[in-house]
Amino acid sequence: MSALTDDSLPVTPRAMRDEMIVFAAMAVLLGLVPMTGIYPFFVMQALCFALLACAFNLLIGYGGLLSFGHAMFLGTAGYCSAHALKVWGLSPELGILVGVAGAAALSVVTGFISIRRQGIYFSMITLALSQLLYFIYLQAPFTHGEDGIQGIPQGYLFGIFNLAKPTVLYYVVLAGFLGGFLLIYRTINSPFGEVLKAIRENEPRAISLGYKTDQYKLLAFILSGTIAGFAGSLKVFVAQNASLTDVHWTMSGEIVLMTLVGGLGTIFGPVVGAFVIIAMQQYLAGFGQWVTVIQGVIFVACVLTFRRGVIGEIAHYFRRSL
Amino acid sequence: MQALYAQLLVGLINGSFYALLSLGLAVIFGMLNIINFAHGALYMMGAFCAYFLLNITGIGYWPALIIAPIVVGIFGMILERTMLQWLAGLDHLYGLLLTFGIALIVQGVFQNYFGSSGLPYAIPDELKGGMNLGFMFLPIYRGWVVVFSLVVCIATWYLIEKTRLGANLRAATENPTLVRAFGINVPRMITLTYGLGVGLAALAGVLSAPINQVRPLMGADLIIVVFAVVVIGGMGSIMGSIITGFALGVIEGLTKYFYPEASNTVVFVLMVLVLLVKPTGLTGRAA
Repeated sequence: MSALTDDSLPVTPRAMRDEMIVFAAMAVLLGLVPMTGIYPFFVMQALCFALLACAFNLLIGYGGLLSFGHAMFLGTAGYCSAHALKVWGLSPELGILVGVAGAAALSVVTGFISIRRQGIYFSMITLALSQLLYFIYLQAPFTHGEDGIQGIPQGYLFGIFNLAKPTVLYYVVLAGFLGGFLLIYRTINSPFGEVLKAIRENEPRAISLGYKTDQYKLLAFILSGTIAGFAGSLKVFVAQNASLTDVHWTMSGEIVLMTLVGGLGTIFGPVVGAFVIIAMQQYLAGFGQWVTVIQGVIFVACVLTFRRGVIGEIAHYFRRSL
Repeated sequence: MQALYAQLLVGLINGSFYALLSLGLAVIFGMLNIINFAHGALYMMGAFCAYFLLNITGIGYWPALIIAPIVVGIFGMILERTMLQWLAGLDHLYGLLLTFGIALIVQGVFQNYFGSSGLPYAIPDELKGGMNLGFMFLPIYRGWVVVFSLVVCIATWYLIEKTRLGANLRAATENPTLVRAFGINVPRMITLTYGLGVGLAALAGVLSAPINQVRPLMGADLIIVVFAVVVIGGMGSIMGSIITGFALGVIEGLTKYFYPEASNTVVFVLMVLVLLVKPTGLTGRAA
């Protein structure tokens, strides 16, 4: 059984340097966006999904766990933040905190349940759990069912930054994305990340070496779910609503697609994938339901011919790790 | 009490669909090592196939029960030959992702042509009406669905567990190379098995067409419940899938009677409970 991700290259100082250069280039490019006249709303949305996909990738690319229910963290954090901001009238930073805490609590519970099985069973369990949550949110009064929570006040972050201004909001979202990205990057390159990779490659051997693999996997799941929740909280400020579409399992499928297109188990892949998919949805919106078909075709094409994804293929060509 | 019996019957019918679908998933998983995410879409195709047969060619329900599974089964075999077979030897997860993509394509195409609303399919004349059983009124078609799917499930179980063909199949699951050395065409067997599993899904689709309306997304949400059924039952045995499928349908029906708010979630809650106590599922072997 071949490994899910192509990560055979050792982490060398050169690789670290490559990654830092790409990261700096990405940060500068994204920082310049408001000056170019590109629609900032689109980039902000893509940034939220990019962080979400990176969090998802932490689990699949480094832990070998394909979660098919990551939308539940996005949606849960979104509902928690939206409720805190609108009904409790909390400030933005506290609203984000409530959302992240909600996603973290959810990931502790769902992680504890789902890591009991591996492989496709793990995927099916996460999928079923997210569908369970979908039905709960459909019926719970505070989510307002089909209507969702709308008209969320954006307010002043730390009492200083006016989030109602698109440019300010953009830089806040960008800072949030870069912070989350660096946290994931640091995790991957820590001893903890190395153990995760070992578990992905050969779990029985990791167990025989004395690692409590379940604890590592659970911790990775919680970390991933929490960062995904952070992305969901940021998204509330961008979209100014929280709705059921964020919790539905088709959203989980989109997260998987983004990561697959960009490259499973690559550091920058999920970011590229998220931008590609969001741009596609933006520009193909006129095709209506055909977008679903196109997404399906991309799924099939990626799995059959293009398994490394955009960044994975580039990295493989230059024999670098990205 | 009337309502309780009615919900029990609804539960049994849903249970028949769960059983037929999880049975097909188990058969496919056994041979191809793939969780067939497209199963819901193929179930929907079965229902649509019956609908086309009736409205375009005038072929009614009874022939459709045979024709639709064959047509959709052939479609499945084409899928297996053109795409799924290239994933042999790769991680299981790629099979899940590929079939998910196929499901998106199939459902998207049907949504484009038929919208999201349902198309009606009339109950065949022979099965119209109902019977008064004394304690409840039994619509004949619903009784027929339960009995017929039970028969199909038992027949499939018999085919796989008790016949020579089934023995070859199970042997090929254990050790394809060795079985090949005995002169059995394993790739063809895999293709036919996929066709069989898909055919079972399509059959469930035809059965459900007169009860639920024929909709492009009719399989999309159902398949996730079936996945939960599979996790609870544990894919270990064919009989396990059948019993778990029916049992969960009944439990769902009972919940609808006693505590309707939880009827959508009870299967998932049960899944959580089972996982906490017995992670391999009720009849499952360790993965």
